[in-house]
Amino acid sequence: MTYLLIIAGVLLIVLTIAAGLIWVERRLLALWQDRYGPNRVGPFGLLQVLADMIKIFFKEDWVPPFADKPVFVLAPGILIATILLTFAVTPFAPGFNVFDSNIAILFFLGNSSLGVYSVVLGGWASNNKYSLLGAMRASAQMLTYEVFMGLSLMGVVMMADSFNLREIVEAQRHVWFVFPQFIGFVIFLIAGIAETHRLPFDIPEAEGELVAGFHSEYSGMKFGMFFVGEYLGVTLISALITLLFFGGWLGPSFLPPIFWFFLKTGIFICFFILLRASLPRPRYDQLMGIGWKVLLPLALLNILVTGAILIYIK
Amino acid sequence: MFSILRSIWYTFLHAFHKRETILYPEKKPYLPPRYRGRIILSRDPDGEERCVACYLCAAACPVDCISLQATEDELGRRYPEFFRINFSRCIYCGFCEEACPTYAIQLIPDFEMGEFNRQNMVYEKEHLLINGQGKYPGYNFYRNAGVDVGVKGKGEGANEELPVDVRSIMP
Repeated sequence: MTYLLIIAGVLLIVLTIAAGLIWVERRLLALWQDRYGPNRVGPFGLLQVLADMIKIFFKEDWVPPFADKPVFVLAPGILIATILLTFAVTPFAPGFNVFDSNIAILFFLGNSSLGVYSVVLGGWASNNKYSLLGAMRASAQMLTYEVFMGLSLMGVVMMADSFNLREIVEAQRHVWFVFPQFIGFVIFLIAGIAETHRLPFDIPEAEGELVAGFHSEYSGMKFGMFFVGEYLGVTLISALITLLFFGGWLGPSFLPPIFWFFLKTGIFICFFILLRASLPRPRYDQLMGIGWKVLLPLALLNILVTGAILIYIK
Repeated sequence: MFSILRSIWYTFLHAFHKRETILYPEKKPYLPPRYRGRIILSRDPDGEERCVACYLCAAACPVDCISLQATEDELGRRYPEFFRINFSRCIYCGFCEEACPTYAIQLIPDFEMGEFNRQNMVYEKEHLLINGQGKYPGYNFYRNAGVDVGVKGKGEGANEELPVDVRSIMP
């Protein structure tokens, strides 16, 4: 019974955050651009999300006649499913997780690899040259950044001696891993942004060049699922940064652990939005160049040095 | 690398800047006195219509939104029988105001002219004519020039000289 309650609670929290992020992002972007953003519907424009939801649910759900229909319909589902599955192994607080997995990090990496299928299939099934270009870019970008996203976490895994997210958090009682693993943190942050294809790495959907990239042909709630999936991805990456590098729910005990977890996650979500507000999109070859020529060697070097120091200490 | 971090920081500092947006329906923006908004027809200091129905505004109008019909009263003073501006066509360019020789047609700082029914955007003379002198107080075209319509006698205007008798040999 408690098990079902936790599942329902996690789903409710995660989906509410993802939907609320639409409002948060618009307000924060407006704040950093000296505007107000949505402030008409309800107090501070909070009901804007509700209005948008009603609108997007009632929009015509159109499948282009030239599209590959089954794959076209399936693609947005894959994105949501892979990200929500990863939330199953994400602990929010001690005892507040769906599944206390011993291979949580591997599970996350595997699921984010599967998430590429959503973008690639969506772009391909659309049968449209811009969508296909976006999908190609997405697959290349996400494969590149997948490589050292995994490698950047190995330093943390070595230091915590575990793939279990709960044990990794417990291993940070004395010092957050962001200090000994700063390079790993920076690489994971960059890879995480690229993995969720958020700005400045939103090259798969670069609206200046590719209309809307892989989701050009999507409308109605299928587009809404890509949209919510992107915010779910932002929440997931922020939660993982918090768990892996910033001590998860650990914090002064005058507030409950779950509060610390959400506070830290919220700060990183805001940082994601700040990046969107401040940075321009890099060129495609620059993105790939930085990935293969700078970040991958850095991640490997980080593993080497961390391993050497750990062996030296033991 | 440093410039990326710096631009992130500068963007963050914008959180403490003043917002540029004017929350319009609650707070009206300042409009300069020469703002080109709604068009009106003004009256001279004696309370008569300034418009002499010369059609220059209708001719100058690039979108042909002004239509009028000239007529005369018993003294010979010209005035428009009807004067109609279709504001759903008007582009608020102000050419009519520039063309007007008598300062009759003027654009004023008011832009709140939304209507639900398009036909209501067509303003007749009774909607256009105001009871004041607009931007040029004290000006009366007939005091300076023009025919004798009971405002001034022939040649008695502000910058006029009395008519010369061309048949006389006297200087």
